[in-house]
Amino acid sequence: MLQISLWKRVVIWALVALGLAYAVPNAFYSRVEQHNDAVAEIELYGATAEREADASAWPEWAPSNLVNLGLDLRGGAHLLAEVQVADVYSARMDALWPEVRNALRGERATIGTIRRQDGPEDELRVRISEADGMPRALELVRALAQPVVSLTGVGSTDIEVAGQDDIIIVTLSDAEKLATDDRTIQQSLEIIRRRVDEVGTREPTIQRQGDTRILIQVPGIGSASELKELIGKTAKLTFHPVVSRTGDGATDPGPRNVIYPSLDEDGVFYVLEQTPTVTGEELNDAQPSFDQNGQPAVTFRFNVSGARKFCEYTGENVGQPFAIVLDSEVISAPRINEAICGGSGIITGNFDITESTNLAVLLRAGALPAELEYVEERTIGPELGQDSIDAGKVASVIAFAGVLIFMALSYGLFGIIANVALILNVGLIFGLLSMIGATLTLPGIAGIVLTIGMAVDANVLVFERIREEIKAGRGPARAIELGYEKALSAILDANITTFITALILFIMGSGPVRGFSVTLGLGILTSVFTAIFVTRLMIVIWFERRRPKALEV
Amino acid sequence: MRLRLVPAETNWDFFSKTSITFGFSALLMVASVVAFFVIGLNFGIDFRGGTTIRTESTQAVDVGGYRDALAPLNLGDVSITEVFDVNFRDDQHVSQIRIEAQEGEEAITPETMAVIQDALRGADPAITFPSVESVGPKVSGELVLTAIYAVLAAIAAVLVYIWLRFEWQFSLGAVAALVHDVVLTIGVFAVVQIKFDLAIIAALLTIVGYSLNDTVVVFDRVRENLRRYKKMDLKEVLNLSINETLSRTVMTSVTTLIALISLYILGGDVIRGFVFAMIWGVIVGTYSSVFVASAILLRLGVKRDWSKPDANAGTQFANVDA
Repeated sequence: MLQISLWKRVVIWALVALGLAYAVPNAFYSRVEQHNDAVAEIELYGATAEREADASAWPEWAPSNLVNLGLDLRGGAHLLAEVQVADVYSARMDALWPEVRNALRGERATIGTIRRQDGPEDELRVRISEADGMPRALELVRALAQPVVSLTGVGSTDIEVAGQDDIIIVTLSDAEKLATDDRTIQQSLEIIRRRVDEVGTREPTIQRQGDTRILIQVPGIGSASELKELIGKTAKLTFHPVVSRTGDGATDPGPRNVIYPSLDEDGVFYVLEQTPTVTGEELNDAQPSFDQNGQPAVTFRFNVSGARKFCEYTGENVGQPFAIVLDSEVISAPRINEAICGGSGIITGNFDITESTNLAVLLRAGALPAELEYVEERTIGPELGQDSIDAGKVASVIAFAGVLIFMALSYGLFGIIANVALILNVGLIFGLLSMIGATLTLPGIAGIVLTIGMAVDANVLVFERIREEIKAGRGPARAIELGYEKALSAILDANITTFITALILFIMGSGPVRGFSVTLGLGILTSVFTAIFVTRLMIVIWFERRRPKALEV
Repeated sequence: MRLRLVPAETNWDFFSKTSITFGFSALLMVASVVAFFVIGLNFGIDFRGGTTIRTESTQAVDVGGYRDALAPLNLGDVSITEVFDVNFRDDQHVSQIRIEAQEGEEAITPETMAVIQDALRGADPAITFPSVESVGPKVSGELVLTAIYAVLAAIAAVLVYIWLRFEWQFSLGAVAALVHDVVLTIGVFAVVQIKFDLAIIAALLTIVGYSLNDTVVVFDRVRENLRRYKKMDLKEVLNLSINETLSRTVMTSVTTLIALISLYILGGDVIRGFVFAMIWGVIVGTYSSVFVASAILLRLGVKRDWSKPDANAGTQFANVDA
């Protein structure tokens, strides 16, 4: 018989009410957004009258989760960066060289003289003059190996050492490379996050993708180029003693020296000692400021060890120039007038205010461990996003109206019941999207519109079935009951198969495609729920009140 | 009076002309494959790398002027198309410029982008750039593979699910219909040359889902009728099932089409290609669930009586698949 127990009714209505309650904030999007921002600010920076006013624009007890708008609807920039993890290998080899040298020095008698050879970036090649001493040399270098610190690399060491005639070849082991890559990515993620957060844009997405890639999405930023400028620089700051200044970039800098171009003066090059005196890693703080001529500049403060090194060096080299180098370019090369022991300094160059602000941000956040290569970028202007939202709204309303009218014309009262369920259904989709904090994209809107069209399917299946049962001569109550019973397997099978494709889209898709799969998948869940519980309940309630002798479906 | 798209009682024979419908489907599939290889798809940057720039201006789009402005930059293959949409304001003129991936660059560099924008501003001072998208060849290659895997994975998952819920003959019929729909959709994209990008893959998978939805509803009824009418000829069972579900099939297709057509006309140009694919898919999917999926089921036959080893009674190929 057509009976639904009271507690089931309560559960069904309660679920609907809950879903709708979560959907409501989206109808007052800007007000709730303001409220959320104000609450967050009060927590971070304390209350002000203005923030309190904004916060009270939306009641505290009401749900305040919103559907996030995707980049294509809100505007912003999307970057996919590939971290050049191999950059780190050569730095590791450079760092290893002094250790190897020290280890071999003690055994001059058997090994002879040692000299580093040029080779591939990720190899350390050392030539020994006495090839007979090779076994002893290998033994000494192998003793430098450290166990790999990672879950997968247990039991292996960080370097592999091989001998070839009179050359020792040191490389990183595969396990160590993996562990190093992982560290490099983690570090890059952290630094990119700090750099992006410094600018204070809202809700940036910064996540690892695959083995060596990082996805960066920043809503509200003007263009991907801007974002690149912000995070794109390695921002390696170093202070080097200057050997000479030259106009010829092809000059041979000599051993252990490097030649870098000047940032501001065209055609000017500096020959510098390769080993920096102090590096940006020893900075505590950097702030944009102005120099004594009123030009934009950056002031910085060293930490204790940096300050000591800088003090010692400047004290010993009064009258000599030293170079401030950023990413292999000489920003400036001032002469040391006196020992600088205050621990702070100023970088002047031909900056404008934005550049000095950005540089300060970069220096504060620290240097990236490896270079980034951008393999994908997308910029969407906020106006285009707004246009898409507007178009999507109009299209949804028209689609909605069309389906509602069509259903009412086709099924009369039952059609109207299905329509109520359809409206609830869209409300529930928004409620679920807000609850799980999903992101709504333009294809996502298309997914909702498609769901509007398809959601009626379950109801149509039931109604057609009821028609058939009536035709077969069943009474109204029995026809409704059988209609639901027999349509159930078709509803479930049809929706499960569609859900499978939505799931596959979600797993394999990215960005907008994923947004589409989320709304499609949620739409299937809510439409099955509304069709087999909500419309059924409504029909049963109607039936109990009216007790019709004959059904007209 | 109720709106009825299908008469209350239908008793149409859907399999009287299988040779014609099969021939028609086969012809279209061959045509699609030919179109795919001869004309080729108009791949978007997602799949072949490169950059698309959307321009907007209060002045009319001057395709020749833009082309002349970009010509000295030696950007390689550049395509410029004007975009029209009902939602545009009178003084809103939009175009889409596509530039192939530059030698030695993955995503476009800010320098290249600045040069391009300056050149276009020279041609039209009022021009703005509401969106710029750039995909490096490395990523686009991976996206192609992921897309192919996604479609194959979807088809495989469906094959398994239907096989579990029904019989392998149903499964083959459903998958044949899916392949039919996907091939025809790709074919139509080759012919009309709408941009084929990641969103279209999403549309393809949705078509897979939709077409399946339809097929499963028919099959569900076939399964039920096979149990009810144990002695009835398979062809009659199929015809009966399709007739019984016909009203529902048409209703759902129409409501879905109402929603999609509204989106196609009013939803803006950004997703028009995507919606086009789905409209096409709904039409083809509805057709294929009757004329491909069920027709193949009829050819394959169904094992109906589990007490005997071979009881494909009523099918001419009964002993082929025993």
